[in-house]
Amino acid sequence: MTSDEVYPGSEPARWVYLDRIRTRPGPFTNPDVFDGSAVAKAMESMKVLVIGAGGLGCEILKNLALSGFKDIHVIDMDTIDISNLNRQFLFRQADVGKFKAEVAAAFVEKRVKGVKITPHNCKIQNFDEDFYMQFQLVVCGLDSIEARRWINATLVNMVDEDVEDSYKPLIDGGTEGFKGQARVILPTVTSCIECQLDMHAPRAAVPLCTLASIPRQPEHCIEWAHVIAWDKEKPFPTLDKDDPEHITWLYQKALARAREFNIPGVTYSLTQGVVKNIIPAIAATNSVIAAACCNEALKIASNCAPFLGFPDDNYMMYSGNDSIYTYTFKHERKDDCPVCGQQARPLPNVDPAWTLRELLDSLAERPEAQLKKPSVRAEGKTLYMQSPPGLEAQTRPNLDKTLTELGLVDGQEIAVTDPAFATVTFKFRLRFK
Amino acid sequence: MLKIWSMKKEQQKAENADSAATGGKKKKVTAAQLRVQKDLSELSLGSTMSTEFPDPDNILSFILYIEPDEGMYKGGRFSFTFNITPSFPHEPPKVQCREKIYHPNIDLEGKVCLNILREDWKPVLNLNAVIVGLQFLFLEPNASDPLNKEAAEDLRNNREGFKRNVRQAMAGGTVRGETYERVLA
Repeated sequence: MTSDEVYPGSEPARWVYLDRIRTRPGPFTNPDVFDGSAVAKAMESMKVLVIGAGGLGCEILKNLALSGFKDIHVIDMDTIDISNLNRQFLFRQADVGKFKAEVAAAFVEKRVKGVKITPHNCKIQNFDEDFYMQFQLVVCGLDSIEARRWINATLVNMVDEDVEDSYKPLIDGGTEGFKGQARVILPTVTSCIECQLDMHAPRAAVPLCTLASIPRQPEHCIEWAHVIAWDKEKPFPTLDKDDPEHITWLYQKALARAREFNIPGVTYSLTQGVVKNIIPAIAATNSVIAAACCNEALKIASNCAPFLGFPDDNYMMYSGNDSIYTYTFKHERKDDCPVCGQQARPLPNVDPAWTLRELLDSLAERPEAQLKKPSVRAEGKTLYMQSPPGLEAQTRPNLDKTLTELGLVDGQEIAVTDPAFATVTFKFRLRFK
Repeated sequence: MLKIWSMKKEQQKAENADSAATGGKKKKVTAAQLRVQKDLSELSLGSTMSTEFPDPDNILSFILYIEPDEGMYKGGRFSFTFNITPSFPHEPPKVQCREKIYHPNIDLEGKVCLNILREDWKPVLNLNAVIVGLQFLFLEPNASDPLNKEAAEDLRNNREGFKRNVRQAMAGGTVRGETYERVLA
């Protein structure tokens, strides 16, 4: 099988086995969609976005580069901390303080010939839909639910049924200690991160009064410094959880309070842990989850084998807490998901010269709406609210304005609520005559 | 590359869903706004409460006025700022009292100790639950959950004295060396 150019250590040798997978169908390959002669070329021109260059991100970047992806972008706003070095293997001690995305990109580019990795040292929120539109695939290795929800909502909102390229598969990995998950989201087709929000257990909050009056644990003292003392004394204008000076301030406040109540155990690193909500990370869990994510990326990109996500299973959970257990299942879409459920229904034959009152009257008559006391809003614009009374009075003048005067345009989405139908929210897309 | 688009079409065919063209990209109403709109249209304020929206287009930020018509705080007018984050209803609204008042469960900066605003918040709760909770704080101040320790001690040890202190503080007087804001309506 080996040709002259292929010998251990040579560049082509690195790709021999990968190319076997990419060029030949396997027993589970769907012959209708697999084209072995085109896969390698297609993957070379494919743009993949990796979000996060931390514990999972380092693994993901290495795996994607070695899976034959050639054009990878990576976003991470963080800089390298000395405590990252035990598992974020693309970083060295000399890199401490530098941007993760930049160092990770340079490292992988150096070790894997022919791959281009473009780093972005910023928040995902700094980019708009035009930026995300350029990618064919998004892989997330994040530690925050907030960021996941943001990218999920962005990708779902980008879906335009008329544009094939507007559907971006999202592969999300996550770990917490010995536990982890890998999931694939096909926006508006399968259950999204918002549908699956109940899979994340929320962090237990401590009653404010316990913090204020009777702390019992070192964590209570730190939360007190964080929530109450900081607000009261405002030593710096805004709390930067990555600024050692700020953490030191909190640590000292917490320590003084702990002494007052005779509570042992407040340390600088515990302060950092509580304030930043740090969960111990285990390198091998990251490897397991990143491997699962990147194999799915390869299969989605090449069609070489069935992938996680559709039509059945879309969620793989992994638990190493008590021996090893892993289970893959289908998380169903939620019809009332605030992000991917409730796709706006078209509301045809709307006349832009109508007053808002006329539009509301028409909602009462339309068989698909039949609303009695509708309140209506558009994004960033309150059109008319039946309640509370003050807001009703403030928005009442809008009733006699025309849709054009109110700035509503063809294709605009409006949200309609009605206390008579407490469990539903209607979303309509105005279609002008 | 995976063709989600064709899968979507098949899914729609199977569900016989309405697949009308969506047209140009327009701003969509966010999840938090949608939920707040729903909560507001179901709000029952009664005669003791009212709201004020400094910017009616921004329903995520408003002021709630409470004028208790019974209990120790009767005759006062208290206002609370509500700030709702885009993570609502997964996060509770941020609520703060705007006046400096003498109350065991509200500190001098206006922070409120109400279980559903923090540890017992659940996404199924709505804004109505929060305002009912706030109203209840004025009817039944709670000495076992103090944010203002002095006020809680007074309430526990000397209910009549506490009542007098409340009247004094509401009139803009001084209690235990702390001067309070006049909040009489």
